Amino acid sequence: MVTKETATKRTTLMNVLWDIQRKRRFISRDDMKKISSEFNISMIELEGVISFYHFFHLSDAGKYTIYLNCSTISQHKDYQDVKKAFQDELGILIGNVTQDKLFGFFKTSCIGLSDQESSALINFYPFTNLTPSKVKNIISKLKQGHSLESLSDFPKDNIQYTPKEEGKTIFFKKYNKGEGLKKLIALNQVEVIDLVKKSKLSGRGGAFFPTGMKWQFCKDNESDQKYIICNADEGEPGTFKDRALLNQYPGLLIEGMTIAGYAVGATEGTIYLRAEYLFLKNKIEKTIKEFNKDGLLGKNILGIEGFNFEVTIHMGAGAYVCGEETALIASMEGKRGEPTTKEYFPVEKGYLGKPTVVNNVETLCAVPRILEMGLDNYLKIGTNATPGTKLLSVSGDCDKPGVYEIEWGMKLKDFLKLTGAKDTQMVLFNGFSGEFLSEVDFDREISGENLLAEHIQFTFEDPIEYSQKMSGVGLRSGGSFMIFNKERDLISILKNITKFFVAESCGICVPCRTGNFLLNKKINKIMLCHADKDDLDEIKEWSTIIKQSSRCGLGKTSTNCLLTAMLKFPGEFQKCLLAESDINQSFDLEKSTEIYDSIIHEIESSYE
Amino acid sequence: MNNLINITIDGKKFQVHEGKNLVDAAKENGVYIPTLCHFHEVNPPLGTCRICTVIVNGKTTTSCTTKVYEGMKVEINTPELLNTRKAIIEMLFAEGNHFCPSCEKSGHCDMQNLSYDMGITNTRFPHVYSNKVIDFTSDRMIMESNRCILCKRCVEEIKTNDGKNVFSFVSRGVKTRVRIDYNEEAKLTDSQAMHAMNLCPVGAILIKGMIYEQPFGNRKYDIVGKDKDVHVIDRFKKRQDENKFIVATTSLAGCFGCHMSLLDIDTEILDVLEIVEFNKSPLTDIKKFSKRCDVGLIEGGCANSENIEVLKEFRKKCDILIGFGECAIMGGIPAMRNFVPLKECLEEAYINGLTSEIGANIIPNHEDIPKLLNNVYPCNEIVKIDYFIPGCPPSAKHIWKVIKNILLNEEYSIAHEEFKYD
Repeated sequence: MVTKETATKRTTLMNVLWDIQRKRRFISRDDMKKISSEFNISMIELEGVISFYHFFHLSDAGKYTIYLNCSTISQHKDYQDVKKAFQDELGILIGNVTQDKLFGFFKTSCIGLSDQESSALINFYPFTNLTPSKVKNIISKLKQGHSLESLSDFPKDNIQYTPKEEGKTIFFKKYNKGEGLKKLIALNQVEVIDLVKKSKLSGRGGAFFPTGMKWQFCKDNESDQKYIICNADEGEPGTFKDRALLNQYPGLLIEGMTIAGYAVGATEGTIYLRAEYLFLKNKIEKTIKEFNKDGLLGKNILGIEGFNFEVTIHMGAGAYVCGEETALIASMEGKRGEPTTKEYFPVEKGYLGKPTVVNNVETLCAVPRILEMGLDNYLKIGTNATPGTKLLSVSGDCDKPGVYEIEWGMKLKDFLKLTGAKDTQMVLFNGFSGEFLSEVDFDREISGENLLAEHIQFTFEDPIEYSQKMSGVGLRSGGSFMIFNKERDLISILKNITKFFVAESCGICVPCRTGNFLLNKKINKIMLCHADKDDLDEIKEWSTIIKQSSRCGLGKTSTNCLLTAMLKFPGEFQKCLLAESDINQSFDLEKSTEIYDSIIHEIESSYE
Repeated sequence: MNNLINITIDGKKFQVHEGKNLVDAAKENGVYIPTLCHFHEVNPPLGTCRICTVIVNGKTTTSCTTKVYEGMKVEINTPELLNTRKAIIEMLFAEGNHFCPSCEKSGHCDMQNLSYDMGITNTRFPHVYSNKVIDFTSDRMIMESNRCILCKRCVEEIKTNDGKNVFSFVSRGVKTRVRIDYNEEAKLTDSQAMHAMNLCPVGAILIKGMIYEQPFGNRKYDIVGKDKDVHVIDRFKKRQDENKFIVATTSLAGCFGCHMSLLDIDTEILDVLEIVEFNKSPLTDIKKFSKRCDVGLIEGGCANSENIEVLKEFRKKCDILIGFGECAIMGGIPAMRNFVPLKECLEEAYINGLTSEIGANIIPNHEDIPKLLNNVYPCNEIVKIDYFIPGCPPSAKHIWKVIKNILLNEEYSIAHEEFKYD
């Protein structure tokens, strides 16, 4: 039976699993038996949890577990060569463990280092800008017993740009500990929420839900306990701005969480940090300690009677869907990271059934800055609907990949110029769940102005007309900005994207689980030039069905890229098509009888 | 809870009890919203199958997870939503390995019933035919993953008396499966175990020895159901002259049962022959097409290279192709070999089988013998098929009714009892 005690205890399950995974390099049946009796759950339920997360293994993953990033940007850098180098050095194919159990070599989706690809994690120590010779060196040094710490590359922050005008930078400027937080002394709960509402701050992870409103809902729900969760599960491929924020200003984040706690009446805060960012954990922990020592966390913060707030860190274990807030909460509760049906929102019944605010790192970091600089100064920056600045993570074909802090309202073409992108064919805006932009969009501005309702989509018969109509329509992104030049092949990028969703769908609802899998097969058909026009119509139909009926944001947005790519780059698809035919051209008789031939051949040769 | 509130469903106004979920509220007012994962005791709703997707105030959502509120406007039966619902069921058929004619749960199966109800004759998606485990390990239960649709009913509902889960999802994405905990399963009482089997909306959870307790023909969904209207495709131009319609038939990887059924109309075949002339067909023993045909009837799926060639020839020589019988549409019984390595199949057939001679060691092969394909394929994955007549076999009356109506270009309806895979 689920009681309050067992539910609270269950929240430590992930930590226990992590400890064993780290120590023994996998979670054995014996360990599982112990854990399941300790937590009073059935073995199969425990196996369900373990097998949900990419970084937990049920068989030995090697003393050194290597995860090589296989996402699109890495593919366009040195992925193939680096993979080959690893395979040659280790003598195993990707997805395997060496016989002596020294090395395990696996692939993984984006690890938040898109600005320094190709990259890999070895026991969660980051290795960036990999080349075959570097790989050779790393492996031989590891074999000689050098420590991972000495060999790894601590990722650069690569902050490439902040607004040039005086006073327009919000995030990447001098930080004085507690400056934002101290403003709370003069404000009550209502005033803080009011201020956040007026600032029009909205969810910077990409959903853009108004933060003030979220806090208001949470405050209005009476409860003995409330929680603030910082979503640092930056999993959207191509995003890494939170990595830079967490590394540069962990204090700013803690202040943001504390302010949120003050506003809604929560006393506990948790940072859900993605496993890929384990290298940031020490620094954040150190900062939490300092804050506690300085009286900026703990009891009666800033001397305000009854203002108590604690911050802890909860490590994720490799699941993209855990960036979805209800899945994230399920994961923190020690369960499979499946999104809920949204019968209740987290602000009503969230973590352990209590009202919970889940905010992105950037959102929370913005709050103390707004307090610090004053609402009026903040509102002067950016556009009317989206004041302030936005962090974008730029990767791909440009001279200066990295984090950009730009004022909302910048034109896309101006932004591209900043990045030093040349011969740009397309931009993948807002990650794999975002949209493809082509030249016709480059006149649009990055802001929340005049957003189109989702169901309105102009027809694309005349690119010039389309461009004019769309030029007034703003663009919002959680942060991912991938640039592809004219040499890149759209269909293979789409292939990488659909494969990603097949792997990362939680599997609980039919359209997302099966639909994406079937779409992936269609992309294969196009890649092999076996498709005809009917297949394109089917892709559109299937994508719309997935969008319409999926359970959570992952499924609802998983086909955005495909649909926008088909809209804007019809030529790329056309050139792969066959003439229409009543016969399925992708069926290859010779290939289908290969197995039979080899069996017969084998038997024939045994007669001789 | 007892407050009555006003909602609109497909343009009609209804008064319903506040706080109810939309599926139940609609049902109380005689409005049917199809559901699959949902069952009446479940709370909170599972929301996994997405069949009950509707539009509420302009936004799509599932009705099992939506509570009714004043002024709510619901659309249930728009053409788009009907299509989406159908597509989701079709996805399940493509993803799993569902062979109704050989399934123990046939007639008790919620998914089968929904498909009949929606008039699904085939799936628009290619069959995945992934190899899934049938787990006989537990003393009492069989977990047939080929049929599992991951609705989560058993995971949420079936617990031991001390509150532990007997079933759980493992892995994620397309590899997600439901698995049994054998130790916990042993702790269930017999009635709890039976509850698990009956709760399963398909034939994934079976209790050994209890499967046929209720005989076929007497089962939950055997008699209920609606008649279906079928719309004629424009592809076919009605003939103007007095000539007879020309029909060809073939049996690919099938048992010839559908052809037998074809002849079962007895003397009515004389009426048929008034308007129809047979060309290439086992019935006439004409081996080669001698003219272009109006209709080609295909029984069976494609198991070997000859099947493929014949099917392609039929596509080229016939204006309309009709797949009839489960095997032509879904691969059927022959497709059950898709989960066994081809080599094992051949060895079982020619060397190790019970009927093989002792010492047999030859797998026959010759350039004149067709080559077996890696998988058995449904016909519509090789060529375009225009119509599907489900059944194992479809009844003679049904087959001829469909063909007549297609030839005469008339819309027609199919009675529920004619429209079955099993």
